[in-house]
Amino acid sequence: MPDRIEGIFTELLAEGRTALMPFITAGYPSMKVTESVIGALEEAGAHIIELGIPFSDPIADGPVIAASMHQALLSGVTPKSVFELVRKIRPTTELGLIAMVSDSIIERIGPEKFICDAADAGIDGLIVPDIDILVAEKLRDLAADRGMSFSLLIAPTTSQERISQIAALSTGFVYVLARVGITGESHSPPDIAPRIDLIRQHTNLPIAVGFGISTPQHVAAVTEVADAAIVGSALVRRMGESDDAVIAAQAFVSDLAGSLCAKT
Amino acid sequence: MTTLTTVPDEAGRFGEYGGRYVPETLVAALDQLAEQYQQAKKDPKFIAELEDLLKNFVGRPTPLTHAKRLTEHVGGAQIYLKREDLAHTGAHKINNTIGQGLLTVRMGKKRVIAETGAGQHGVATATACAHFGLECEVYMGAEDVRRQSLNVFRMKLLGAKVIVVEAGSRTLKDATNEAMRDWMGSVENTHYILGSVVGPHPFPMIVRDFQVVIGNECREQCDRDLGGPPNIIVACVGGGSNAAGIFYAFIDDVDTKLVGVEAGGRSLKLGNHAAPLCFGEPGVLHGSLSYVLQDAFGQTAQVHSCSAGLDYPGVGPEHSYWKDEGRVEYTTVSDDEALNAFSLLSELEGIMPALETAHAIAAAIKIAKAMSPQQTLVINLSGRGDKDVQEVARLIEGRG
Repeated sequence: MPDRIEGIFTELLAEGRTALMPFITAGYPSMKVTESVIGALEEAGAHIIELGIPFSDPIADGPVIAASMHQALLSGVTPKSVFELVRKIRPTTELGLIAMVSDSIIERIGPEKFICDAADAGIDGLIVPDIDILVAEKLRDLAADRGMSFSLLIAPTTSQERISQIAALSTGFVYVLARVGITGESHSPPDIAPRIDLIRQHTNLPIAVGFGISTPQHVAAVTEVADAAIVGSALVRRMGESDDAVIAAQAFVSDLAGSLCAKT
Repeated sequence: MTTLTTVPDEAGRFGEYGGRYVPETLVAALDQLAEQYQQAKKDPKFIAELEDLLKNFVGRPTPLTHAKRLTEHVGGAQIYLKREDLAHTGAHKINNTIGQGLLTVRMGKKRVIAETGAGQHGVATATACAHFGLECEVYMGAEDVRRQSLNVFRMKLLGAKVIVVEAGSRTLKDATNEAMRDWMGSVENTHYILGSVVGPHPFPMIVRDFQVVIGNECREQCDRDLGGPPNIIVACVGGGSNAAGIFYAFIDDVDTKLVGVEAGGRSLKLGNHAAPLCFGEPGVLHGSLSYVLQDAFGQTAQVHSCSAGLDYPGVGPEHSYWKDEGRVEYTTVSDDEALNAFSLLSELEGIMPALETAHAIAAAIKIAKAMSPQQTLVINLSGRGDKDVQEVARLIEGRG
């Protein structure tokens, strides 16, 4: 299905709803868990899954996600095995499946081949957190040719001029960081309303907010102003700690989904 | 060839290499750094302060020593040593940390972080911070902490906090990851003093510019003592800052051959060496596109060198550019060859080099042999070997 991500946001908008985008590390704690958990998260009320492709040097990630990626790499997870898994589960789910992937991996495999392999497997979009935006256009266009969204990040420190550059380069949605620093859980809900207003002056794309979003209260606070909430470390930690990662993930995401705000 | 000295461009590209492959949070800090640096570079007050510090604190200029007994032993070209081991703290690293320390003060930031491999950059950063009264935290891989315990203690004596990194391969690359993570959350009040010509723009340019004092001095000294530029200059390359510092001043002297020496380690199999320019491919690591040692999926490969300062899977983007342009030739030297050169220079010249530097010496000896006594070769003696004595003892005993 082409442009599944755009379709999901269009449909939610028409229904006056917001989206939940859980992040999981592909292959953590095992490939088997990843395979089963996607369906479970769909049942729990997720709309798009952000699938982190394990990378040896994830500098934007805090200790929880970095350790999960390290463990996945040790157990032999590769971009190829992640794509194989996606190919297998693609027919079983309507969820949007987005790969969060370092540009180091894309550059090494080669942008053309990476996009081709990802699209063939059934990946619906990419988030590339560390690409040099001055050379991002080519990848965005390659992704667009295969119906994949391409999302770049906007930080609290990003200038207005750059916000409009980033928004113009992104398709599907823009990923807004709730705070400076790395991924990880935080105590207080982010105060992002003024920045979301500012960013909306530069783009009509849906806005997803991540980094530090770790409780149902945070999800409620985020989706009051933004279009989607991204929850990563809090979920990955629970999956690592629990004897049954699938059940733990499903229960937590179900709680989060219950606190999504309606669009006003 | 004339364009070789006009890099990087505004996007931080040396040819296709370099750039800024970093999480968005860091971009504003990098922009600020680039802007402040451009202003500082043109500010006579900043230039005068830096020159004064290099002279009266660092102890520059460092001498150019004719290595007479080594020359005689090798029986080829006249070998000269650019003595960065005589700079304050015992290595070239101080040139950069004093420069960036002065920039930190100019930017009004109170805290400094750094990564270190051998500990030389950590010590040089701690030294600069003590001098300027800045708070200092140094990230260091657990494996390097073991290999370089003396430098860990030196940093602490200088008032710095050493943060031991247990993640990944527990060496320089992992220390760099942690320093970048710290900076993402602390950019408002913290400057990251990167120790080599690596990382996102503008670091490769700034570090090169602060290190080019080595090459500028060397050029003058060669004009005075040798009657002109040498035939060959040899320098070791980990991230590549000492090599960039000496090479850059001679880039337009097309008759001077430039040789960079990477760590050949135990063998030429991936994982047993640290030679991205010789055996790697272009890829992205720590914020820039450059030659790198990775597996087929872009995961950073394990690397090995007996020298902690060379034990790094990446290299500065300008070196990648020089390699592709054919301006600098890159080669490797094994752990064993470096150890032999360490002993040889100590015995023949009374100069104990750092293990990193010993790689340049080993390569230079091979090169000088094939040259005539009328020709000249300069080795950048990037650092002294006191820090390595324990490790060398362990390695020599290990060879039995």
